[in-house]
Amino acid sequence: MQEVNPLNSKMENFKSLLTDVGISVLSITVALLFGVFFILLTEESPATAYEALYFGAFGNFRNILNTLWRSTPLILTGLAFALPYRAGLINIGAEGQFLMGGFTAGVAGYYFTSLPAIIHLPLAILAGVVAGALWAGLAGWLKAKMEVNEVISTIMLNHIAVALTINYGINKLRTSTRMATPQIMESAKLTRFKEMADSAFWSKLPFVEVFADPGIRLHMNFVLALIAAVILWYLLFKTSLGYEFRAVGLNPDGAEYGGINANKTIIWTMLIGGAVAGLGGAGETLGTHLSFMAGMDAGFGFTGIAVGLIGQSHPIGAIFGGLLFGALNQGGLEMQFAGVPSEIVNIIQALVIFFVASLQIIKIFMKNRREKEGVE
Amino acid sequence: MDTLLELISLPLILSSFRFATPLILAALGGIFSEKSGVINIALEGIMLFGAFAAVLGSAQTGNPWMGVLYAMVGGVLFAAILAIVSIVFRADQIVIGTGINIFASGITIFLLQIFFNVKGTSPLVPRLPFMRIFGVRFSVLTYVSLILVPVVYYFFYKTHWGLRIRSIGEHPAAADTLGINVNRWRFLSVLMSGVLAGLAGAHLSIGDGSAFVREMSAGRGFIALAAMIFGKWHPVKAFGAAMLFGYAEAVAVRVDFAFIPSELISAIPYVVTIVVLAGFISKSVGPAASGEAYVKGDR
Repeated sequence: MQEVNPLNSKMENFKSLLTDVGISVLSITVALLFGVFFILLTEESPATAYEALYFGAFGNFRNILNTLWRSTPLILTGLAFALPYRAGLINIGAEGQFLMGGFTAGVAGYYFTSLPAIIHLPLAILAGVVAGALWAGLAGWLKAKMEVNEVISTIMLNHIAVALTINYGINKLRTSTRMATPQIMESAKLTRFKEMADSAFWSKLPFVEVFADPGIRLHMNFVLALIAAVILWYLLFKTSLGYEFRAVGLNPDGAEYGGINANKTIIWTMLIGGAVAGLGGAGETLGTHLSFMAGMDAGFGFTGIAVGLIGQSHPIGAIFGGLLFGALNQGGLEMQFAGVPSEIVNIIQALVIFFVASLQIIKIFMKNRREKEGVE
Repeated sequence: MDTLLELISLPLILSSFRFATPLILAALGGIFSEKSGVINIALEGIMLFGAFAAVLGSAQTGNPWMGVLYAMVGGVLFAAILAIVSIVFRADQIVIGTGINIFASGITIFLLQIFFNVKGTSPLVPRLPFMRIFGVRFSVLTYVSLILVPVVYYFFYKTHWGLRIRSIGEHPAAADTLGINVNRWRFLSVLMSGVLAGLAGAHLSIGDGSAFVREMSAGRGFIALAAMIFGKWHPVKAFGAAMLFGYAEAVAVRVDFAFIPSELISAIPYVVTIVVLAGFISKSVGPAASGEAYVKGDR
């Protein structure tokens, strides 16, 4: 049988993209339909609930921007899952990497008191990125050198990160009763869209006054998240390193015979995945909360798995997955006001995971059929 | 010196049993699932839902034993999701487990609002009987967990059924050629792990207290997973590991150290697990076919 090289065939790529998008859209639809059942339990009308959900997420300019704001950490944790997944690794550790990144950025944000913003902000972000990368890299190293399953090690590292950053770190550093590290310096703040009109630098741009609404919480990390996604897309599909990652994911033994160092791939994909999760944490600290706060992770690491999956572990797909889940989170608040518990959103997100994961079987069937046709 | 005496004091050691109970039950559950070849990282979510179901049962019937029944049924329902999606649809077991954990944390808070009209803590409900030994409360489920350890050991190592499940987890194709229905046994094993993790949840809510609190499993499902791995998938050794972790929790709650911050003691089980897995002490290897869906005819 002539095997079609799954990495290069254009037509196959297009077909598989179509299947991927189809599976994702179908899963979301079915999950929303199942959600109706849960809404009925609350004795509210599903139409009202979903209307509120939609209005909360997209109803006006402010809500749309806040949907983008809520998508930001999810896009990044989604990417943190997606990239290692392409190389056959399951990174359950975005939660811990996010916390390490957020904490380190928070400390760097308040510790340096007399740096100019042009140095301080990049330094604080970099501190978060490096911390996240190292935390994930540890799991990668354990897998490559000590054969420790990355699922178990990342789960354990999540809990260790909680103990280190929230339980110990915050308790040690906090200056008030608030469960948070001290507030970061002005020079380490990520630009918020609502403050652009007042900033000497950004106010030169046209139209920035449209953002001057105190209810808008979007900040620059959204832009950084989009850039990160594009960089990862380029890395994965346009460089030889990315080719190696994907080859290891598709067939680890084959890749090894082909001269690809699987251990290097394991460590690098984890490092990069952790770096993006760390950026997510740094962004929440420097842009949203202005300090590292207990509970600010809010399950982003785990929801990121769903985001990565719904995006079919494609970096651009993660943007769409993040936007979808961000919209659900943002709209969930409005739904709560309409009398429907916002936890419906978590239930729908979990259902999306079940359906996306289950429907992968369609791909298995299609592959089997192709192989049969190939034989005949 | 005082600290040292405190570390071996009777109340501390007795309260380790209390803290270890949910870990023992859930670790035994994990062993059932993983021996058959299905990785169960959903223990956390199943435990959480079991805790809620127990409170619901106890509140609705006024009988805490009905709460235990509800918890076991609830555990089975959640485990059934894992079983169906991972065995029938051959989906990634890790991904499904994570989904179940998200599902559990959402639906318990959701149902808390539907049934009790609160978001954080349920009203107090009748709790299971307990006995005080040296001032430490021993819930009836603590005794159950201690009895189950030898029972599960006997099941896996001295009965045909146990041997079957172990063979499926090691080499499903070989088990299949011997006429064992791989997927049916996997299904049953996963459901059994749901029963046990559900019981663990019942201990948290109506064994050790008398109310449900949101997110009350607080990572114990993952510590149970760690205990199972540390115990090399063996019921008695996993019991030992669960006791060690229960002891660590008791120490973190009760003892003040001058040199280790108490906030970090709670992380000990996780660090120990990584160290063990890395083979610094001795290598811990799970069932060979764990994590892979079985398809007839595949090699």
